[in-house]
Amino acid sequence: MISLSEILIIAAILFGFGIAGVIINRKNIIVLLMSIELMLLAVNTNFIAFSYFLKNNIGEVFVFFILTVAAAEAAIGLAILVVLFRRQKTIEVDKLDILKG
Amino acid sequence: MNFTMPIFSAALPEIFVLSMACVILLVDVYVGKRFSIVTYSLVQLTLFFTFILCAMQFREYPQAVITFSGHYVLDKLAVLVKLFVLVTAFFCFAYGRQYVNYRNISRGEYYLLGLFSILGMLIMASAMSFLTIYLGLELLSLSLYAMVALNKDSGLATEAAIKYFVTGALASGLLLYGISMIYGATGTVEILSLEKMAVFSPAQTAVILLGLVFVLAGMIFKFGAVPFHMWVPDVYQGAPTSVTLFIASAPKIAAFAVLMRILVEAFPSLHVEWEHVLVVVAILSMFFGNLLAIAQTNLKRMLAYSSIAHIGYMLLGIIAGPNSHQGYSAAMFYVTTYVIVAAGAFAVIALLSRSDMEFDQLDDYRGLNTRNPWLAFIMLLLMFSMAGVPPTVGFFAKLGLL
Repeated sequence: MISLSEILIIAAILFGFGIAGVIINRKNIIVLLMSIELMLLAVNTNFIAFSYFLKNNIGEVFVFFILTVAAAEAAIGLAILVVLFRRQKTIEVDKLDILKG
Repeated sequence: MNFTMPIFSAALPEIFVLSMACVILLVDVYVGKRFSIVTYSLVQLTLFFTFILCAMQFREYPQAVITFSGHYVLDKLAVLVKLFVLVTAFFCFAYGRQYVNYRNISRGEYYLLGLFSILGMLIMASAMSFLTIYLGLELLSLSLYAMVALNKDSGLATEAAIKYFVTGALASGLLLYGISMIYGATGTVEILSLEKMAVFSPAQTAVILLGLVFVLAGMIFKFGAVPFHMWVPDVYQGAPTSVTLFIASAPKIAAFAVLMRILVEAFPSLHVEWEHVLVVVAILSMFFGNLLAIAQTNLKRMLAYSSIAHIGYMLLGIIAGPNSHQGYSAAMFYVTTYVIVAAGAFAVIALLSRSDMEFDQLDDYRGLNTRNPWLAFIMLLLMFSMAGVPPTVGFFAKLGLL
């Protein structure tokens, strides 16, 4: 039987990969979108694990909502990406330097 | 299994906005581009009637009502925040109208996305569980991402949109991770049950604190306070000014309501712990916001940095809240005055911009007094109010915080 802490550690590692992907990645915005998705999936794993071990189903319901919102988020992100590509002819993160925050 | 019917009348403003948004969506498809005034006036009418509904609720429900299985609350804070959101949104659309007509983005999408983000803000104001907070926040953010990208011909706008999207998605990831930790420690996501637990065991406290740090990081991202403020100037500058006007105003009030619910209502017992985090954030925001604002030549960027500083002041109000019984109301007053002043400043920029030029460089404002004395005078008042010079409202807001 897998214990709660093992699942939590896996979820934390996945979440860390997601954040690292967003921060380190300098090449491609699509990889960025994938990293964001990875973060949300790590959170889902967390919720499911807690839900299973706490024996209540709030977490599972929460996961359904997260999955739906994540789909909408990916749709909007890709739409913005298409507009950006039409305009700049590139999706490299480094080339996004008109605005310097 | 007992199921109690939720009190639908408590959520009447949200239901009304949602159904009107669907109706307007259909009307817009049939009426088409030639009569964009129809969509515009329908949206404004919707906001007006929602305002009346909210105002009626203010009298009808003197006591706080919690319904929808503890996910939704209707109290004075929620109603007041909703009223402010609706008023600001109404004026944002009215002032931005000329600008969006010039930019050729005055399509139904602009107003509909606006309406959906207003719905998100209303839900945030009434959210009483982390689930509703998350859903309201995402409805707001997703609409705003699309609104920033509306001006497809502008390289600035699309770049701002993708930056806003990535940072916003990162923020909601952090927020969710925090929520999952809090859920794991307590077994609930409802703020009322968290409030009732009040005392946590040491192990629980450790996990909750970890979660709370993530939740705070997510909220600070959305607010745009210092450690996570990078997106604010870019988005404010890149977005069409009418959208900047919208982003800079109403969402701040809604985010304030959410922060109050999470910190003050859900975890009053952990006050000392979250206070430490917020003190650092508030001080850094005030320092860097004001410092970097000096160096800007673009007015929209300058206002963006000043918004970072103002968020810092507002956080101070929340920190000071428990020590005096006026702290929270002072913070609320501060955030509303700031929103009105910022909306005014961006409205002036939007009014001055023409179809071929963006009126946002500081140099553009030279000699404004001879060209348009009234707008120049209004701009002067707004700037004084932001700085907090005595006769203006910004002074009283700062005095209230002290």
